Amino acid sequence: MGMTMVQKIMARCSGRPQVTVGEIVSCRVDWAVEFDLPFARSHNRPVPLKVWDPSRIALIFDHLVPAPTIVMADGLKVARDFAKAQGIKHFYPEGRHGICHQVIAEMGFALPGGLLACGDSHTSASGAFNCAARGLGAMEMLYILCKGETWFEVCPTIRYVLEGKMPEGVYPRDVIHHVAGVYGEHINQNVEYAGPGLKHLDIAARQTIATMSTELSAEFATFEFDEQTESYLKGRAKEPYSPVYSDKDARFVDVRTIHLDQIEPQIVMPHFVPHNVRAVTEVAGLKIDQAFIGSCANGRIEDLRIAAQILKGRSVHSDCRLIITPASTQVAIHAAREGLIEIFLEAGAVFTNSTCGACNGGHMGLIGAGERCLTSSTRNFRGRMGSKDAEILMASPATVAASAIMGAVTDARTLF
Amino acid sequence: MTMRGRVWKFGDNINTDLIMPNVAYEYPPQEQPKFVFSANRPGWSAEVKKGDVLIGGSNFGTGSSRPAAKQLLGLGLAALVAESINGLFLRNCVNYGLPAFSCPGVSALFDEGDTAVIDYVEQAIANEKDNRTLSGSRLPPSLVKLTLSGGIVPLLRQEGFIQ
Ligand code: SF4
Repeated sequence: MGMTMVQKIMARCSGRPQVTVGEIVSCRVDWAVEFDLPFARSHNRPVPLKVWDPSRIALIFDHLVPAPTIVMADGLKVARDFAKAQGIKHFYPEGRHGICHQVIAEMGFALPGGLLACGDSHTSASGAFNCAARGLGAMEMLYILCKGETWFEVCPTIRYVLEGKMPEGVYPRDVIHHVAGVYGEHINQNVEYAGPGLKHLDIAARQTIATMSTELSAEFATFEFDEQTESYLKGRAKEPYSPVYSDKDARFVDVRTIHLDQIEPQIVMPHFVPHNVRAVTEVAGLKIDQAFIGSCANGRIEDLRIAAQILKGRSVHSDCRLIITPASTQVAIHAAREGLIEIFLEAGAVFTNSTCGACNGGHMGLIGAGERCLTSSTRNFRGRMGSKDAEILMASPATVAASAIMGAVTDARTLF
Repeated sequence: MTMRGRVWKFGDNINTDLIMPNVAYEYPPQEQPKFVFSANRPGWSAEVKKGDVLIGGSNFGTGSSRPAAKQLLGLGLAALVAESINGLFLRNCVNYGLPAFSCPGVSALFDEGDTAVIDYVEQAIANEKDNRTLSGSRLPPSLVKLTLSGGIVPLLRQEGFIQ
């Protein structure tokens, strides 16, 4: 029987001709990427005395940059000492840092046909590159750092066939929110994205969709490989790669067509994602206290350009604050070169260094009791960005920027 | 291995940020468990007793990679059985040594306060008051063994990878 993309990667990494749904397979990983948070002492995770292969491990600072508290500063020191002691070759501390999933992409660790291990739950982001990647947790990463191997259950797969092109004013974020609204959760299921519509989705769009697939509780989320993947990776790929394709006779639980041209700007309502999505036109006018553009879902240069286009010559509403956090130092450099930062600052936004920051309520943009935040970050669980008595709504960077100007949820298409 | 414990019931989509709110990171590990469910069930973490059992709804543990399973262990919970358990969370349960398995129909088997009898190796659960029994099935014997031996840390320590 045919295999899906992810099955093929698992077969290669477990040294077997075939893997079938329901099996548990043991796999060698190609790359292991660790981030800062598990080194914080409050995480209480032991530090490895020896590692599997220091040339195949990357350590990226993101959640805690720059250190928001003494506890976290101590944790960063533990991480630095670990990198030095083990001779970790690919180390991205403050100043060379970024949200790990974005740095993974920029530095060419996520490769077509590859198996990338990372502890963070939004590791599905790297699926944009035809790579098998999913969140594994800090403890599993400890094992992988030591041994270079892990296990997976081979899960059934849902295939999304994308057709057509997004209309003007509709963004990749709206596409994945649409999927969440219509189809809800994908518990213990892989998803893959393919079809003729892919040619209208650039790499950043795929990263957004792959990242947010975690919020559908999907296991692996993997995109088909094409020329755009190839050209993005040119000059970046850390090693030669071989793309994988799902076989024609691979078995899918369901094959669903998404007509990109029929999607509208979408808002995720507070506290959870699946089946909790409304059209922006239904929610327009709802007052907001904070707007946030950033995170591994939507903090890339493509997102900042859209925000700048909307914010140029306008002002953030006096009853609202707008925080913009680039996904990586590289993104910040591009934003500076393109003059975007000036536009943001003139509009009255706060432009921060790259970090996870407000996304996980770590620092730089927490929300207080009774406040409402509209964000382009990944997660709207109660208490995620600060007070448990706050509300978090999610939308595309365009919707967030437009809403920051009006101080209330706004359809960005009305401002073009 | 059979366990017997008082049942606490929770609904669907209990996420990691409810189990372990971000603020817990600012406290030493032994104090972190007291923040469990402080947003959705304040005061609960003080009521839980060692050996109690958590019965969850569907997609239990959805969300982040944070060490939320460890917080449940820290409260003394003996086991978690849910309609379905999020894949990443289940992995964390194994890795920290918390016996957990998915078991469709388990919510209807219990009222809160009932006593559950659990055979983790067989992945079976019964209600002591009426002996109704269900079995789940998601974990192979190797992972059951890893869980029962306390998860990853004792294993790596034994092999000299960590102190
Ligand atoms: S930006 Fe948010 S979702 Fe992404 S890795 Fe950081 S905390 Fe996690």
